[in-house]
Amino acid sequence: MIATEVAVACRNVTKDFGEGDTRVRVLQGIDVEVALGEMTLLVGPSGCGKTTLISIIAGLLDVSGGEVDVLGERISQMSGSKKTRFRLKNVGFVFQQYNLLPALTAAENAAVPLIVAGMARSKAVVRAKEVLTHVGLGSRLNALPTQLSGGQQQRVAIARAIVHEPRLLVCDEPTAALDAKSGQTVLELLKETACRPDRAVIVVTHDNRVFHFADRMITMADGRIESVSASNTEGGE
Amino acid sequence: MTWIALKMLTGDRAKYFGIIFGVTFASLLIAHQISIFVSIMARTTSQIRDVREPDIWVMDPKVRYLDEVFSLSEMDLQRVRGVTGVEWAVKMFKGTVRARLAGGNDPTSKGDFRSVVLMGLDDASLIGAPRELLPIPGVECSLSDLKKPDSVIIDEAGYSYLFPGQPHRIGQTLEINDRRALLVGICKAGSPFQSMPIVYTRYSQAMNFAPPERRLLSFILVQSTPGSSPEKVCELIAEQTDLQALTRQQFMDKTIGFYLTSTGIPVNFGITVLLGFVVGVAIAGQTFYLFTIENLKQFGALKAMGVSNWRIVGMILTQACVVGVIGYCLRMGLAAAFFESTKNSIALAGFFMRWQVMVGTAAAVIVIVILSSLLSIRKVLVLEPAEVFR
Repeated sequence: MIATEVAVACRNVTKDFGEGDTRVRVLQGIDVEVALGEMTLLVGPSGCGKTTLISIIAGLLDVSGGEVDVLGERISQMSGSKKTRFRLKNVGFVFQQYNLLPALTAAENAAVPLIVAGMARSKAVVRAKEVLTHVGLGSRLNALPTQLSGGQQQRVAIARAIVHEPRLLVCDEPTAALDAKSGQTVLELLKETACRPDRAVIVVTHDNRVFHFADRMITMADGRIESVSASNTEGGE
Repeated sequence: MTWIALKMLTGDRAKYFGIIFGVTFASLLIAHQISIFVSIMARTTSQIRDVREPDIWVMDPKVRYLDEVFSLSEMDLQRVRGVTGVEWAVKMFKGTVRARLAGGNDPTSKGDFRSVVLMGLDDASLIGAPRELLPIPGVECSLSDLKKPDSVIIDEAGYSYLFPGQPHRIGQTLEINDRRALLVGICKAGSPFQSMPIVYTRYSQAMNFAPPERRLLSFILVQSTPGSSPEKVCELIAEQTDLQALTRQQFMDKTIGFYLTSTGIPVNFGITVLLGFVVGVAIAGQTFYLFTIENLKQFGALKAMGVSNWRIVGMILTQACVVGVIGYCLRMGLAAAFFESTKNSIALAGFFMRWQVMVGTAAAVIVIVILSSLLSIRKVLVLEPAEVFR
């Protein structure tokens, strides 16, 4: 896909944790852009600041310095409640441990963002079933998370992340808990269902087996951007 | 969101039932103990309540409660009758005497002694007599039978106590102070505080049964004239006779007040109620807190997805309210089952749950639920949504 617009723009973003002598600067002046219509992989060794950066981009953490624009809005200056509303409308999440609600069926889990946004439950579940069918879980709509494999649970999580049509999808190590085949399937699914011209997908990963899915790859080290490569030819199996 | 909250709550059945058990147990203990306490307190005034005709009780100024009797003189009756506003005044004896179960004509009796409450009623009017006599097969019983020589009427619980296992019948005899007492009726009466049989007889007969003392008049029962205020008449009686005159309600309050302030009963029951409350908070609170901790990841994910803190608080309060309501309703059922199953038990006669106890327990449940929720709410509120990435 070809990048046409900027979905995320970070300018000289810093982030500190702790106070006084224990203060640690985790992000040290990040300047990076993420384009709409692309799958961007954020890679780097553990502790380099990947998770902190996507947390800031997703509006889950405040910056210590710098500016962050997401989908045309200055998220770094938003109040907490405004960020909450922004996330509800614009951001979808895929977590490493899926974080599905164990008491809800696959369809009900996938419907959660719509219900949170105020849609009637029955209508939301119908829509969620459509998305689940699209991600290949049409036969497991009423299964509980404990009755699904890791790959299937991650598919439910993807369905949940995209069911409300967010324009930014943030995925944290979506393949870390999966075997190689399931990991490939999940990334294929993300690429196929989530990457659209009006949507940006950011995937934090250590898994070099999925690097070839990237439209753009941002490599971090020690709280800094080490390189940005705009191709899908690096890494991979 | 309510639906999601309820699904989360009921998803883990063991924890769900654990929280409900905590609330049910606590509220049952609280309601049950308060009901028994209130019922016991009510028993201390049962004989005042049973005597319905007069609206004023006159007694020695030193009397602090119903069972503490300092005798009056016969002259006092005349003085009270002379007070303006007194429609009528009659005498009453109340005392504890020892009754021997006569063995002569009763082959089942072992001749044991029992303490009984003796109530001597005005000979002419029988004011203070029991309202309801129990039917005895083949015999026509009436209050006027008390006018027969040596006659007594015994309350139902007392009959079962004195003649255990025997069917209701009259004609049995007791010995009270070496005098024969002939049973002519069995009546319903409020259970006394000390669970002793209540023996009704005429005042003149009671003088024979009671141990010899210079004075034996316990109370003067007074009816105020129509249209006059009993409280005002009480003031006049006290003013003109130097005796203590109390309305029925005042006398009941004074009696209950004595037991509340001068016995260990409220402290003992209070400790049990407090323990019930603390145990309820501990069980329900700890289980609910653990439940929240285990769902912290899910709450974090919801926060990340855009659920506001207020909606999370709403979810937790909804969960807490549901377990509170279910626990309270189960408690009501269990308590109702207890009092229903014991309503025919003579030892527990008159024990029931008042609406005030139900309301009070509901308030206690609300407090338990709120306290249980507070820790959980705090934990979720301070949770950074970014934690879901860690």
